[in-house]
Amino acid sequence: MTPSEPEVITIHIMGKAYQVPRGLTIMRALEYAGYRLLRGAGCRGGFCGACGTVYRTAGDYRLKVGLACQTVAEPGMYLTQIPFFPANRAQYRLEQLKPNLATLVRLYPELPRCVGCNSCTKVCPQELDVMDIMARAMRGDIAGVADRSFDCIMCGLCASRCPAEEVQYYVAILARRLYSRYLAPPARHLTARVREIQEGHCDAELSELAALSPAQLKQKYDARDIEV
Amino acid sequence: MYTPSMLESMAKVSANRSHRLQEKHPRLAPAEKDSLLRAFHPDFRADTQRPVQVGPNAGDRMPHELVDLLEASSAVDPEVPLPSPSCHVDVLIIGGGGAGAAAALTAQELGARVLLVTKLRLGDANTVMAQGGIQAASKANDSPAIHYLDVFGGGGFVNKPELVQALTQDAPLCLQWLEDLGCMFSKERDGTLLSIHGGGTSRKRMHFARDYTGAEIMRTLRDELLNQKVPYIEFCPALELLLDEKGRCGGAVLQNFETGRPMVVQAQATILATGGFGRLHVSGFPTTNHYGATADGLVMAYRAGARLVAMDATQFHPTGVAHPEQMLGQLVTEKVRSIGAQLVNVEGEQFVFPLETRDAVSAAIIRECTERGRGAVTPTGQAGVWLDSPMIELIQGAGTIRRELPAMWRQYDRFGIDMTKEPILIYPTLHYQNGGIDIDEHGRSIQVPGLYVAGEAAGGIHGRNRLMGNSLLDILVFGRRAGRHAAQHAVTAEPGALSLAHVARCNREVAAAGLGQTKAPILLPDYVGRS
Repeated sequence: MTPSEPEVITIHIMGKAYQVPRGLTIMRALEYAGYRLLRGAGCRGGFCGACGTVYRTAGDYRLKVGLACQTVAEPGMYLTQIPFFPANRAQYRLEQLKPNLATLVRLYPELPRCVGCNSCTKVCPQELDVMDIMARAMRGDIAGVADRSFDCIMCGLCASRCPAEEVQYYVAILARRLYSRYLAPPARHLTARVREIQEGHCDAELSELAALSPAQLKQKYDARDIEV
Repeated sequence: MYTPSMLESMAKVSANRSHRLQEKHPRLAPAEKDSLLRAFHPDFRADTQRPVQVGPNAGDRMPHELVDLLEASSAVDPEVPLPSPSCHVDVLIIGGGGAGAAAALTAQELGARVLLVTKLRLGDANTVMAQGGIQAASKANDSPAIHYLDVFGGGGFVNKPELVQALTQDAPLCLQWLEDLGCMFSKERDGTLLSIHGGGTSRKRMHFARDYTGAEIMRTLRDELLNQKVPYIEFCPALELLLDEKGRCGGAVLQNFETGRPMVVQAQATILATGGFGRLHVSGFPTTNHYGATADGLVMAYRAGARLVAMDATQFHPTGVAHPEQMLGQLVTEKVRSIGAQLVNVEGEQFVFPLETRDAVSAAIIRECTERGRGAVTPTGQAGVWLDSPMIELIQGAGTIRRELPAMWRQYDRFGIDMTKEPILIYPTLHYQNGGIDIDEHGRSIQVPGLYVAGEAAGGIHGRNRLMGNSLLDILVFGRRAGRHAAQHAVTAEPGALSLAHVARCNREVAAAGLGQTKAPILLPDYVGRS
């Protein structure tokens, strides 16, 4: 092998061995191996949760997880993707809810079934402390759930491993929406501006600008003051 | 993973960091900026574009990769009889990102029978990847008019005034809508929305939800779509629009992406919210874009007779990842610069004011790495400049990066890079299609009755260069406007007999020009077998 040739590793995609160059992410390794991904690929940047992947490496009994787009393929990896997970989701009208524990339990009656096994935390590719988030939910600490779960990408891996059949990511988004709508202080300056616009106070100034020629606009633009 | 020369360069960056904290690089004068763009922005390179030979924009220059699709023949054979319509709705929404979601929620709220179809999953779109923020003139020292001026100046003064007026006037309304939906924006203790500058803004009007702004907006809209039981079908891309004998749009030919089976949906009004062309890898650049950003909507609308505007203006985001290789092209949000990080070359010197508009910063980085030869080079030969992220902690306090940029920090951490201590290497990446389908202030296609367009697929709003924070905004503004108008239009629309006659006509036109060997829309980029 000449130094310029990339080193090749063997990975097992759903049990079948493939040779791929070292250094590729799991997603690119799947594609290199010949897979055209329909499911199991989304933003390719770690934000959308489409590419949850479960794997094990040879000789290790532990199951590991990662996002295929964010995890580098390792030699001897046995992997499969979880492109869809059938999870229960509550139907609700946000404007009719109260931000309290009773709401969480009414919509997700399985919530108190959590056995504290920590499987959810171990499996989270965002490294969130999911068990702590669920503990907060069970205490009705909606602000705490909202804050701690904020980076959740709703990939569903937590639910897939939960022996109590909880749907942690749906509980978390419910808490975030309750927190934002009812518990976070409202943005009064925004409401004031909305009223100004609805009452037509911004129309004249905008119409004036819309009537200017590009040259006139440019002059105004170049002369505008910039907030420091 | 760093080469010795990279390490040497990083030491220089670190050594003069305290000196640079006091140093403000001057902004470009208007004439300087103009000549910089002409010399170094990829749009102005002779080899990146060509005039399209067929259709409503015949003779207009656009990127080769897009022209290839506009000059292709249809992926649907118009001579094969269509299956009978599987449903008839008031408003068909094609695309399940932020624009499509906003349109669907709005149209259904007005009583329209809605169907949303999307190529991948609901919410799989560029919306979810937008980290930085959303602009709206919400503060006392700001106004829609000041926002208007910034949008126009950023766009090169070729934006459509009525679209910019709609954008800036509706911005606070959309933000309020999100607040009411329980979208978790970052706030002061008293409820004041946090806001910062973005490139080209004259007021601090960039609102954000940590650095998951788009993700937070998308998951909230998706959750509400599910609550409102908006009918939707995933893994169901559109292949062509259907027109009646008068050229009015009355639905689309769709495909079950997994089984390949075609499907026809008849609609009183059709909203295209299919996004942009990032995954065409214009000029060979890597991209920040979602897997599905393959310009499908542009291709379908073009065949239906819609004109495209400003398609020769491509947005390269100045700060795409240049190292590590596994993250190549991924977005490093502009917010990193907004809160203090400077751009420095291999010698650790500043070379551009960090918050110039995106086109200018990109051109300056390309100049630094090419003509001036002052880029740092990675093990794979990729040149880049440093974004000096550790400055953020010096200016804003320790812990700022993990608090304000958790997504960014996590992405680098996965590859063993601690951006609180080490600068990160970046190079421009393909980010946004500034142009798109010609629309009016209601999101209506100018040329095709019954067709609406919202989001990145639409053109004219941002002129030749969109400012940061105005795309999360435009998907909501024009999604809602299109949804509203389409719901009203649906009541009185009377589309005639639908067919693919226009597609047959396009196929003949490309064949007559000796083109059409390839087929479009392509639906997904082809990465099979590539390393």
